[in-house]
Amino acid sequence: MPTANKFSVSRYEPKKGPLARLTARDSVLRRLDYPMLLSGLALSLIGSLLVWSATRHRDYLNQGDPQYFLWRHLLNTGIGLVLMIGTVWLGHRTLRGAVPVLYGLSLLLVAAVLTPLGATINGAHAWIVIGGGFSLQPSEFVKITIILIMAALLAARVDAGDLEHPEHRTVVKALCLAAAPMGIVMLMPDLGSVMVMVVIVLGVLLASGASNRWVLGLIGAGTAGAILIWQLGVLDQYQINRFAAFANPALDPAGAGYNTNQARIAIGGGGLLGSGLFKGPQTTGQFVPEQQTDFVFTVAGEELGFVGGIVILGLLGVVLWRACVIARETTELYGTIVAAGIIAWFAFQSFENVGMNLGIMPVAGLPLPFVSYGGSSMFAVWVAIGLLQSIRVQRPLSA
Amino acid sequence: MTNIPETGRTPRVQIRLVIIQVLVFSLLFTLGGRLWYLQIRNGNEYAHAARSNHVQRVVQPAVRGAVLDARGVPLADNETRLVVSASRTDLMRMKDKGKAVLTRLAGVLDMKPQDVMDKIRLCDSKTPKPCWNGSPYQPIPVTLEATTQQALQIRERPEDFPGITAEPTAVRRYPALGGARAAQVLGYLSPVTDEEIQQAKNTDSPHLRSDQVGRSGIERTYDKELRGKAQVTSYEVDNLGRVMGQTKSDPGVAGSTLVTSIDARVQAVAEYELAQAMKTVRQETDNITGRKYEADSGAVVVMETKTGRVVAMASQPDYDPNAWVGGISGADYARLTSKDSNFPLLNRAIQGQAPAGSIFKVVSASAAVRAGYPFDSKYNCSASYNMGGRSFANFESKGHGPITLGEALKFSCNTVFYALGHEEWNRDGGLQPKKDAHDWFYRTAREFGLGAETGIDLPNEVSGRIPDRQWKKSFWEANKDAWCKQGKKGGTYVEQIAYENCLEGNQLKAFDSINFAIGQGDVLVTPIQMATAYAAISNGGTLYNPTVGKAVVSPNGKVETIEPKAHGKLPVDAKTISDLDKGLRMVVEPGGTAAWRFVGWPQDKIPLRAKTGTAQVYGKQTTSWLATYTDDFTIVMTISQGGTGSGASGPAVRNIYNAMYGLTMDGKPTGKALLPKPEAQLPPVQPDGSIQAPEIKPYVPPSPEELAPPALAGPPPLRHD
Repeated sequence: MPTANKFSVSRYEPKKGPLARLTARDSVLRRLDYPMLLSGLALSLIGSLLVWSATRHRDYLNQGDPQYFLWRHLLNTGIGLVLMIGTVWLGHRTLRGAVPVLYGLSLLLVAAVLTPLGATINGAHAWIVIGGGFSLQPSEFVKITIILIMAALLAARVDAGDLEHPEHRTVVKALCLAAAPMGIVMLMPDLGSVMVMVVIVLGVLLASGASNRWVLGLIGAGTAGAILIWQLGVLDQYQINRFAAFANPALDPAGAGYNTNQARIAIGGGGLLGSGLFKGPQTTGQFVPEQQTDFVFTVAGEELGFVGGIVILGLLGVVLWRACVIARETTELYGTIVAAGIIAWFAFQSFENVGMNLGIMPVAGLPLPFVSYGGSSMFAVWVAIGLLQSIRVQRPLSA
Repeated sequence: MTNIPETGRTPRVQIRLVIIQVLVFSLLFTLGGRLWYLQIRNGNEYAHAARSNHVQRVVQPAVRGAVLDARGVPLADNETRLVVSASRTDLMRMKDKGKAVLTRLAGVLDMKPQDVMDKIRLCDSKTPKPCWNGSPYQPIPVTLEATTQQALQIRERPEDFPGITAEPTAVRRYPALGGARAAQVLGYLSPVTDEEIQQAKNTDSPHLRSDQVGRSGIERTYDKELRGKAQVTSYEVDNLGRVMGQTKSDPGVAGSTLVTSIDARVQAVAEYELAQAMKTVRQETDNITGRKYEADSGAVVVMETKTGRVVAMASQPDYDPNAWVGGISGADYARLTSKDSNFPLLNRAIQGQAPAGSIFKVVSASAAVRAGYPFDSKYNCSASYNMGGRSFANFESKGHGPITLGEALKFSCNTVFYALGHEEWNRDGGLQPKKDAHDWFYRTAREFGLGAETGIDLPNEVSGRIPDRQWKKSFWEANKDAWCKQGKKGGTYVEQIAYENCLEGNQLKAFDSINFAIGQGDVLVTPIQMATAYAAISNGGTLYNPTVGKAVVSPNGKVETIEPKAHGKLPVDAKTISDLDKGLRMVVEPGGTAAWRFVGWPQDKIPLRAKTGTAQVYGKQTTSWLATYTDDFTIVMTISQGGTGSGASGPAVRNIYNAMYGLTMDGKPTGKALLPKPEAQLPPVQPDGSIQAPEIKPYVPPSPEELAPPALAGPPPLRHD
């Protein structure tokens, strides 16, 4: 019917200043998910205090400046916020077109670690030293690009309305694309990151609506792979020791079980309210190794007590809850998959990190999102928050 | 869900999103639950682990208090020595566990590297000595005897000797000033054991792992006072042991000073004279055995009669107590505890027991008076006493005719006491004792303080033995099996004795009572018991607990005097005591058994009383006893296998009295009296608790010319033991 063409969309736009545009009902600022943003921010700020407390006395780390790590953590948070704003500004949909490029870049970066550019820190050859005290951990960014590339691939035909669920061929392709960087990370060896990536892939597959066979198959393959790795002796001795110490921390309290044991003493010693910031004897005594990164939660446990620990878990809960809401609310599968991948990533990494602090998970070198010190991790996490915010901002108005 | 139609999403994805959300939150709840479990439910346990994790106690031991003599002369004090110590904490942090440093150190100290390493290894059940059984956080002494040069080498090159210190440190010393060693009286120290730490844990003076504890003598009795309280500083440390803060400082209190009643000068005389008497008597031949006297051990006690305070106490064989300082060597320890050395650690004045012999007769005379025999009646002192066909001879089978009990003491007449003992045994019912048997002799012996500890402030005093009916019975119960096995009718002497003992060893026989009346048979006494008893006769009847400690002076100058305490009264009236006193006075006067040793003694000015004793010990030479007293002092001396009372001990006791009262052999004052009157005052105490030590000169024994007995008109006094 030609009548339809008679309706013309009004091109009228009232002239608004930048301030009015920002405060308009449909503006980005008003559509942002503030509970998530503020929770993330709060976690980062709490993290800066905990990192500070953990490093105040570690002269060999802080180069004589007790506040060194405080400022660095705040700087990282600031950069992370900028990255988030940039991500929201670009929008996840815009980025969708650039996903193959980003993926390719991250693959190159991660491969570069294996070249002489890479550096070994704490047994994992997972770093690229940029210089000026900065180093990069590409596996953190790979977590994002795996989510993005898989989401783009799996959602392409569904969002186009061609299919109800991704077909097997697409799933295979997506899995292959995820496997490539994971294989490289495995070689580093950064087993913790590989574990996170496996869980991410699982979350992505779940949310994509891929057949149950794929989901169950992946779980099966993951288990088999773990057994195979164990049997083939791919693991370094230190990794085996960590697992053994996890199973029985009393086994070698001065050696492999030392971290676990001291972490548990620190947390257990905190009690309900903790000893107060900067007053934890385990923390000031530097009994817990890697306390500003992997074991940052022990600072909270000891100095802020059960209440502080619950607050951190609660804030993480808010972030994850909002992410779940965002995953559900968005109209396109692409956004859902990206959100689900990020949920799987944050949830598992938080669980693994806090779990090893509490002695219910084996020790693996994974940072606690927002809280642990570490630029790459902080940037990746805030980019992920940016992606979630973008999905939220671009959701249908009625939602 | 309002957005389902809009998203057009399939229910599969929708359900899976819900599953993801449920999974995510169950993970978070798991963490929360675990957090609650660790911090709230088991929090205390971990809080405790955390505390022990980061607190280190550093112990600065209190300087042990000195032991002084009555005038302030140190008997035990501390000297500053250069002690080289190693910090295990520092060494263990090194890559080679400090091996290189210790090897270098051994070079400087002229020791073997292995010896140095052995010294700082920690003791456990599998580690042989030497090893360190103190706290691993304490600096462990490697040597107490570094020279200044060695210490300087270590201190000038700290970079070569990380963890090694060379510090002047207070170390126990037994200076033996003026020759007064008093080894057994002072005792010794050794490191505290785990058991003692456990035992003292909840008392008001808990031990520290670094403590040295008094093991014997004064060091043990007054350990708590002398030890003081160590300064314990608790530091908070980090994982590398670096100090981060001080949590608690328990201020230390230096050990108190113990002023004893020992007079170092008299002690030196006593030690010298005892040793000399034993040396002399070893040259003499015993008429009974035909061998030279063994004189294997001996003791002498000098005591204030009116307080029980011990002025001197010597025991032979003795040793140098400094052997214990800084850990006794294996060889020294073996020597001090071996049979060959005859156990010099024993203080024979309180731990040596022997039959009393005739010095027991004061007990028998008192018993006789209590039993109703008047002191001044006449009793027949025959040459021998017959009992059931057996003859008991007097000393040298000499009779004195009818004499009083006082004269019986003077001549040390056995037969008088044989008869009294026998008669009393009969009156008590003999072999079938009456129900209300008086047992005067045994009872009186007990009431003279025999058969029980005197309560001296020295550890491990022995009680001696009064072989009354009760003892006979229990001794028989304990030994009858052995006796009956060994006993043989008509066998050798020993076998026959065993046979008789097996049959009726539980009975108190007439023979036992006769023997007991002259301090023979199964009776055992210690020198300190006899000194206490004779002091009681001197002071009018009070049995004082002998004391060595006189006052405890705390570092703030507070003086706590240890007052004399009595544990009993002699069981006789004042009249009898005075009678005994007269009898004992006659012993040193012409005709008495000790007279020949006290020729020239100014009896009118310083009346001396004495009783000699020559106790027979089966299978051994006789034990020499000499119990004496003046108004102020009592001296009891004994030499095992030393012969007669006056013969072996007489000259030594005389020399001690001469030195104390400042007399020559002919009773003239020398003007150098050491202690004519008991030291009534404590040495002056400075406000800071310190005591100025007076000068002390070593004892110069009298020359042979000086020892020559004074020439008297008339025949020389009869030698009589």
